Amino acid sequence: MHSTDNAATTSDMPGQASRQEKIASGVRQALPVVLGYIPVGFAFGVLGAKVGASVFNVVLMSVLVYAGSAQLIAAGLLAAGAAPLTIIVTTFIVNLRHMLMSASLAPHLRNMSKWEQALFSFQLTDESFALHSGRFQDPHGPAAKAETFALNVTAHCAWVFGSWLGVTASTLIADVRPVGLDFALPAMFIALLVAQTHSRLQLCIGLGAGLLSTGLLLAGVNQWNVILATVIAAALGAYLEERWTNERCC
Amino acid sequence: MDQRTLLLTILGMALVTYIPRALPALTLSSRSLPGPVRRFLSFVPVAVLSALLLPSLLAPNAQLDFSGSNIFLWVSLILLPICIKTRSFFGTVAMGMGLVALARWLFGV
Repeated sequence: MHSTDNAATTSDMPGQASRQEKIASGVRQALPVVLGYIPVGFAFGVLGAKVGASVFNVVLMSVLVYAGSAQLIAAGLLAAGAAPLTIIVTTFIVNLRHMLMSASLAPHLRNMSKWEQALFSFQLTDESFALHSGRFQDPHGPAAKAETFALNVTAHCAWVFGSWLGVTASTLIADVRPVGLDFALPAMFIALLVAQTHSRLQLCIGLGAGLLSTGLLLAGVNQWNVILATVIAAALGAYLEERWTNERCC
Repeated sequence: MDQRTLLLTILGMALVTYIPRALPALTLSSRSLPGPVRRFLSFVPVAVLSALLLPSLLAPNAQLDFSGSNIFLWVSLILLPICIKTRSFFGTVAMGMGLVALARWLFGV
Protein backbone atom coordinates (compact mmCIF):
# COMPACT_ATOMS: atom_id res chain seq x y z
CA MET A 1 0.00 0.00 0.00
CA HIS A 2 2.71 2.39 1.01
CA SER A 3 4.76 1.67 -2.08
CA THR A 4 1.85 2.44 -4.42
CA ASP A 5 1.27 5.72 -2.56
CA ASN A 6 4.87 6.65 -3.07
CA ALA A 7 4.75 5.71 -6.71
CA ALA A 8 1.67 7.89 -7.17
CA THR A 9 3.25 10.94 -5.55
CA THR A 10 6.59 10.65 -7.36
CA SER A 11 4.91 10.18 -10.72
CA ASP A 12 2.89 13.37 -10.33
CA MET A 13 4.88 15.04 -13.07
CA PRO A 14 6.71 12.16 -14.67
CA GLY A 15 7.65 13.97 -17.87
CA GLN A 16 9.11 16.99 -16.10
CA ALA A 17 11.05 15.11 -13.44
CA SER A 18 12.67 12.72 -15.91
CA ARG A 19 13.35 15.58 -18.32
CA GLN A 20 15.26 17.43 -15.60
CA GLU A 21 17.16 14.27 -14.80
CA LYS A 22 18.05 13.87 -18.47
CA ILE A 23 19.28 17.45 -18.66
CA ALA A 24 21.34 16.99 -15.49
CA SER A 25 22.80 13.78 -16.89
CA GLY A 26 23.72 15.53 -20.17
CA VAL A 27 25.45 18.35 -18.28
CA ARG A 28 27.31 15.79 -16.16
CA GLN A 29 28.54 13.85 -19.19
CA ALA A 30 29.86 17.08 -20.70
CA LEU A 31 32.03 17.74 -17.65
CA PRO A 32 35.35 16.40 -19.04
CA VAL A 33 34.72 18.44 -22.20
CA VAL A 34 34.07 21.54 -20.08
CA LEU A 35 37.34 20.97 -18.20
CA GLY A 36 39.15 20.70 -21.52
CA TYR A 37 37.35 23.46 -23.42
CA ILE A 38 37.71 26.26 -20.87
CA PRO A 39 41.54 26.29 -20.92
CA VAL A 40 41.79 25.74 -24.69
CA GLY A 41 39.11 28.38 -25.32
CA PHE A 42 41.03 30.61 -22.96
CA ALA A 43 44.23 30.07 -24.97
CA PHE A 44 42.33 30.94 -28.16
CA GLY A 45 40.95 34.11 -26.54
CA VAL A 46 44.43 35.21 -25.45
CA LEU A 47 45.75 34.61 -28.99
CA GLY A 48 42.79 36.49 -30.42
CA ALA A 49 43.54 39.50 -28.22
CA LYS A 50 47.20 39.27 -29.23
CA VAL A 51 46.43 39.41 -32.96
CA GLY A 52 44.17 42.42 -32.36
CA ALA A 53 40.74 40.84 -32.76
CA SER A 54 37.95 42.60 -30.89
CA VAL A 55 36.20 40.91 -27.95
CA PHE A 56 33.08 40.74 -30.09
CA ASN A 57 34.84 38.97 -32.97
CA VAL A 58 36.62 36.49 -30.71
CA VAL A 59 33.36 35.53 -28.98
CA LEU A 60 31.50 35.48 -32.30
CA MET A 61 34.01 33.06 -33.78
CA SER A 62 33.61 30.74 -30.80
CA VAL A 63 29.81 30.92 -31.08
CA LEU A 64 29.56 30.47 -34.87
CA VAL A 65 32.61 28.43 -35.88
CA TYR A 66 32.98 26.42 -32.64
CA ALA A 67 35.93 24.31 -33.76
CA GLY A 68 39.00 24.38 -31.55
CA SER A 69 41.84 23.43 -33.84
CA ALA A 70 40.51 25.48 -36.78
CA GLN A 71 40.13 28.57 -34.58
CA LEU A 72 43.66 28.24 -33.19
CA ILE A 73 45.01 27.81 -36.73
CA ALA A 74 42.99 30.85 -37.87
CA ALA A 75 44.50 32.91 -35.04
CA GLY A 76 47.94 31.83 -36.20
CA LEU A 77 47.12 32.76 -39.80
CA LEU A 78 45.80 36.16 -38.68
CA ALA A 79 49.06 36.76 -36.82
CA ALA A 80 50.94 35.90 -40.02
CA GLY A 81 48.80 38.39 -41.96
CA ALA A 82 47.06 35.80 -44.13
CA ALA A 83 44.28 36.80 -46.54
CA PRO A 84 40.63 36.10 -45.57
CA LEU A 85 40.25 33.52 -48.34
CA THR A 86 43.30 31.58 -47.12
CA ILE A 87 41.81 31.46 -43.62
CA ILE A 88 38.42 30.32 -44.91
CA VAL A 89 39.85 27.59 -47.18
CA THR A 90 42.15 26.33 -44.41
CA THR A 91 39.19 26.22 -42.00
CA PHE A 92 37.22 24.23 -44.57
CA ILE A 93 39.97 21.63 -44.97
CA VAL A 94 40.65 21.33 -41.25
CA ASN A 95 36.94 20.92 -40.45
CA LEU A 96 36.06 18.59 -43.33
CA ARG A 97 36.49 15.61 -40.98
CA HIS A 98 33.20 16.56 -39.30
CA MET A 99 31.48 15.36 -42.47
CA LEU A 100 32.48 11.79 -41.65
CA MET A 101 31.35 12.23 -38.05
CA SER A 102 28.02 13.66 -39.16
CA ALA A 103 27.50 10.74 -41.59
CA SER A 104 28.41 8.24 -38.91
CA LEU A 105 25.87 9.69 -36.43
CA ALA A 106 23.14 10.28 -39.05
CA PRO A 107 21.33 6.93 -38.61
CA HIS A 108 20.92 7.73 -34.90
CA LEU A 109 19.25 11.10 -35.57
CA ARG A 110 16.11 9.62 -37.06
CA ASN A 111 13.93 10.59 -34.10
CA MET A 112 14.87 14.27 -34.49
CA SER A 113 13.08 16.88 -36.57
CA LYS A 114 15.03 18.63 -39.34
CA TRP A 115 15.46 21.67 -37.08
CA GLU A 116 16.80 19.52 -34.27
CA GLN A 117 19.19 17.82 -36.70
CA ALA A 118 20.33 21.24 -37.92
CA LEU A 119 20.97 22.40 -34.34
CA PHE A 120 22.67 19.13 -33.42
CA SER A 121 25.03 19.48 -36.42
CA PHE A 122 25.87 23.06 -35.45
CA GLN A 123 27.31 21.76 -32.17
CA LEU A 124 29.11 18.73 -33.62
CA THR A 125 32.76 18.83 -32.57
CA ASP A 126 35.42 16.14 -32.17
CA GLU A 127 34.60 15.94 -28.49
CA SER A 128 30.81 15.94 -28.75
CA PHE A 129 31.12 13.32 -31.51
CA ALA A 130 33.32 11.20 -29.28
CA LEU A 131 30.69 11.26 -26.54
CA HIS A 132 27.65 10.80 -28.79
CA SER A 133 29.05 7.94 -30.86
CA GLY A 134 29.39 6.06 -27.57
CA ARG A 135 26.02 7.15 -26.16
CA PHE A 136 24.09 6.33 -29.34
CA GLN A 137 25.37 2.74 -29.28
CA ASP A 138 23.76 2.22 -25.87
CA PRO A 139 21.68 -0.98 -26.08
CA HIS A 140 19.19 0.40 -23.52
CA GLY A 141 17.33 2.23 -26.27
CA PRO A 142 17.75 5.55 -28.04
CA ALA A 143 19.48 8.37 -26.16
CA ALA A 144 17.12 11.05 -24.85
CA LYS A 145 17.08 14.25 -26.88
CA ALA A 146 17.07 16.42 -23.75
CA GLU A 147 20.28 14.72 -22.60
CA THR A 148 21.88 15.06 -26.05
CA PHE A 149 21.19 18.78 -26.33
CA ALA A 150 22.03 19.50 -22.67
CA LEU A 151 25.42 17.93 -23.30
CA ASN A 152 25.99 19.93 -26.49
CA VAL A 153 24.85 23.27 -25.07
CA THR A 154 26.99 22.80 -21.94
CA ALA A 155 30.10 22.08 -24.02
CA HIS A 156 29.41 24.99 -26.39
CA CYS A 157 28.90 27.40 -23.46
CA ALA A 158 32.20 26.26 -21.92
CA TRP A 159 34.01 26.95 -25.20
CA VAL A 160 32.46 30.42 -25.57
CA PHE A 161 33.02 31.23 -21.90
CA GLY A 162 36.68 30.16 -22.08
CA SER A 163 37.27 32.30 -25.20
CA TRP A 164 35.57 35.30 -23.61
CA LEU A 165 37.64 34.89 -20.47
CA GLY A 166 40.83 34.66 -22.55
CA VAL A 167 40.20 37.77 -24.60
CA THR A 168 38.99 39.93 -21.69
CA ALA A 169 41.01 38.75 -18.72
CA SER A 170 44.13 37.17 -20.14
CA THR A 171 46.23 38.29 -17.17
CA LEU A 172 43.84 37.16 -14.43
CA ILE A 173 44.38 33.44 -14.66
CA ALA A 174 47.59 31.57 -14.15
CA ASP A 175 48.82 28.73 -16.35
CA VAL A 176 46.55 25.64 -16.26
CA ARG A 177 49.45 23.25 -16.85
CA PRO A 178 50.25 22.59 -13.17
CA VAL A 179 46.73 21.17 -12.62
CA GLY A 180 46.91 18.94 -15.69
CA LEU A 181 43.75 20.47 -17.18
CA ASP A 182 45.32 20.38 -20.64
CA PHE A 183 45.21 16.59 -20.46
CA ALA A 184 41.43 16.43 -19.84
CA LEU A 185 40.57 16.01 -23.54
CA PRO A 186 43.30 13.48 -24.45
CA ALA A 187 42.31 11.41 -21.39
CA MET A 188 38.66 11.57 -22.44
CA PHE A 189 39.60 10.40 -25.96
CA ILE A 190 41.49 7.44 -24.48
CA ALA A 191 38.48 6.45 -22.34
CA LEU A 192 36.08 6.76 -25.28
CA LEU A 193 38.37 4.88 -27.65
CA VAL A 194 38.64 2.01 -25.18
CA ALA A 195 34.86 1.99 -24.70
CA GLN A 196 34.22 1.93 -28.45
CA THR A 197 36.72 -0.72 -29.48
CA HIS A 198 34.59 -3.86 -29.56
CA SER A 199 36.61 -6.19 -31.81
CA ARG A 200 40.17 -7.02 -32.69
CA LEU A 201 39.60 -5.65 -36.19
CA GLN A 202 38.43 -2.34 -34.75
CA LEU A 203 41.53 -2.23 -32.56
CA CYS A 204 43.75 -2.78 -35.61
CA ILE A 205 41.87 -0.19 -37.67
CA GLY A 206 42.08 2.33 -34.83
CA LEU A 207 45.81 1.80 -34.38
CA GLY A 208 46.33 1.91 -38.16
CA ALA A 209 44.39 5.16 -38.49
CA GLY A 210 46.36 6.75 -35.64
CA LEU A 211 49.74 5.68 -37.01
CA LEU A 212 48.82 6.69 -40.56
CA SER A 213 47.59 10.08 -39.33
CA THR A 214 50.89 10.55 -37.45
CA GLY A 215 52.89 9.44 -40.51
CA LEU A 216 51.06 11.85 -42.78
CA LEU A 217 51.62 14.66 -40.27
CA LEU A 218 55.35 13.90 -40.21
CA ALA A 219 55.37 13.80 -44.02
CA GLY A 220 54.05 17.36 -44.01
CA VAL A 221 50.40 16.61 -44.87
CA ASN A 222 49.42 18.56 -41.79
CA GLN A 223 45.84 19.61 -42.54
CA TRP A 224 44.58 16.58 -44.42
CA ASN A 225 46.13 13.94 -42.18
CA VAL A 226 43.12 13.23 -39.94
CA ILE A 227 40.53 12.90 -42.69
CA LEU A 228 42.81 10.95 -45.06
CA ALA A 229 43.84 8.48 -42.36
CA THR A 230 40.22 8.03 -41.26
CA VAL A 231 38.90 7.38 -44.76
CA ILE A 232 41.68 4.94 -45.65
CA ALA A 233 41.51 3.02 -42.36
CA ALA A 234 37.69 2.85 -42.23
CA ALA A 235 37.55 1.71 -45.87
CA LEU A 236 40.13 -0.99 -45.14
CA GLY A 237 38.13 -2.04 -42.08
CA ALA A 238 34.91 -2.28 -44.09
CA TYR A 239 36.69 -4.28 -46.83
CA LEU A 240 38.30 -6.74 -44.41
CA GLU A 241 35.10 -7.24 -42.43
CA GLU A 242 33.15 -7.91 -45.62
CA ARG A 243 35.74 -10.40 -46.88
CA TRP A 244 35.94 -12.22 -43.58
CA THR A 245 32.18 -12.58 -43.19
CA ASN A 246 31.97 -13.86 -46.79
CA GLU A 247 34.72 -16.39 -46.15
CA ARG A 248 32.97 -17.64 -43.03
CA CYS A 249 29.63 -18.23 -44.71
CA CYS A 250 30.83 -19.68 -48.04
CA MET B 1 43.01 42.85 -40.80
CA ASP B 2 40.36 45.33 -39.71
CA GLN B 3 37.45 44.19 -37.54
CA ARG B 4 34.93 44.40 -40.41
CA THR B 5 36.98 42.17 -42.71
CA LEU B 6 37.57 39.85 -39.77
CA LEU B 7 33.82 39.67 -39.14
CA LEU B 8 33.20 38.68 -42.77
CA THR B 9 36.03 36.13 -42.55
CA ILE B 10 34.41 34.63 -39.44
CA LEU B 11 31.07 34.37 -41.25
CA GLY B 12 32.83 32.58 -44.12
CA MET B 13 34.58 30.24 -41.68
CA ALA B 14 31.24 29.52 -39.98
CA LEU B 15 29.63 28.66 -43.32
CA VAL B 16 32.36 26.30 -44.56
CA THR B 17 32.41 24.63 -41.13
CA TYR B 18 28.65 24.23 -40.85
CA ILE B 19 27.95 22.74 -44.29
CA PRO B 20 30.08 19.58 -43.86
CA ARG B 21 28.75 19.23 -40.31
CA ALA B 22 25.09 19.42 -41.28
CA LEU B 23 24.82 17.98 -44.79
CA PRO B 24 25.26 14.26 -43.98
CA ALA B 25 23.09 14.48 -40.84
CA LEU B 26 20.26 16.17 -42.73
CA THR B 27 20.39 14.03 -45.87
CA LEU B 28 21.42 10.58 -44.64
CA SER B 29 19.36 10.25 -41.45
CA SER B 30 16.09 9.36 -43.17
CA ARG B 31 17.34 6.79 -45.65
CA SER B 32 18.79 3.34 -45.09
CA LEU B 33 22.34 3.12 -46.36
CA PRO B 34 23.80 0.26 -48.40
CA GLY B 35 25.75 -2.39 -46.47
CA PRO B 36 29.29 -1.37 -47.48
CA VAL B 37 28.60 2.28 -46.51
CA ARG B 38 27.20 1.16 -43.15
CA ARG B 39 30.29 -0.97 -42.58
CA PHE B 40 32.55 1.94 -43.51
CA LEU B 41 30.71 4.29 -41.14
CA SER B 42 30.87 1.76 -38.31
CA PHE B 43 34.67 2.08 -38.38
CA VAL B 44 34.65 5.88 -38.49
CA PRO B 45 34.41 6.55 -34.71
CA VAL B 46 37.41 4.42 -33.75
CA ALA B 47 39.43 5.55 -36.79
CA VAL B 48 38.79 9.29 -36.46
CA LEU B 49 39.26 9.43 -32.68
CA SER B 50 42.55 7.59 -32.99
CA ALA B 51 43.63 9.70 -36.00
CA LEU B 52 43.07 12.79 -33.84
CA LEU B 53 44.62 11.45 -30.64
CA LEU B 54 47.72 9.53 -31.72
CA PRO B 55 49.56 12.36 -33.54
CA SER B 56 49.07 14.60 -30.48
CA LEU B 57 50.69 11.93 -28.28
CA LEU B 58 53.47 10.69 -30.59
CA ALA B 59 54.34 13.94 -32.36
CA PRO B 60 53.06 16.86 -30.27
CA ASN B 61 55.10 19.42 -32.20
CA ALA B 62 54.84 17.71 -35.59
CA GLN B 63 57.99 15.75 -34.71
CA LEU B 64 58.24 12.29 -33.14
CA ASP B 65 58.94 12.77 -29.45
CA PHE B 66 59.81 9.73 -27.32
CA SER B 67 61.76 11.80 -24.81
CA GLY B 68 60.95 11.90 -21.11
CA SER B 69 59.49 15.37 -21.45
CA ASN B 70 56.60 14.08 -23.58
CA ILE B 71 54.50 13.49 -20.45
CA PHE B 72 51.21 13.01 -22.31
CA LEU B 73 52.61 9.94 -24.09
CA TRP B 74 53.94 8.23 -20.95
CA VAL B 75 50.88 9.07 -18.88
CA SER B 76 48.68 7.68 -21.68
CA LEU B 77 50.62 4.41 -21.65
CA ILE B 78 50.05 4.11 -17.89
CA LEU B 79 46.43 5.18 -18.23
CA LEU B 80 45.51 2.74 -21.01
CA PRO B 81 45.63 -0.54 -19.02
CA ILE B 82 43.93 1.14 -16.05
CA CYS B 83 41.16 2.35 -18.33
CA ILE B 84 40.75 -1.08 -19.97
CA LYS B 85 40.54 -2.68 -16.51
CA THR B 86 38.22 -0.16 -14.81
CA ARG B 87 36.17 0.97 -17.84
CA SER B 88 35.55 4.16 -15.88
CA PHE B 89 35.05 7.30 -17.96
CA PHE B 90 35.38 9.91 -15.22
CA GLY B 91 37.98 7.83 -13.39
CA THR B 92 40.20 7.81 -16.48
CA VAL B 93 39.89 11.57 -17.01
CA ALA B 94 40.53 12.39 -13.34
CA MET B 95 43.44 9.98 -13.04
CA GLY B 96 44.97 11.21 -16.31
CA MET B 97 44.90 14.82 -15.16
CA GLY B 98 46.24 13.79 -11.75
CA LEU B 99 49.14 11.82 -13.26
CA VAL B 100 50.07 14.70 -15.58
CA ALA B 101 50.03 17.14 -12.68
CA LEU B 102 52.07 14.73 -10.54
CA ALA B 103 54.66 14.12 -13.28
CA ARG B 104 55.10 17.85 -13.80
CA TRP B 105 55.46 18.42 -10.08
CA LEU B 106 57.94 15.55 -9.62
CA PHE B 107 60.08 16.10 -12.71
CA GLY B 108 59.46 19.77 -13.29
CA VAL B 109 58.82 19.31 -17.02
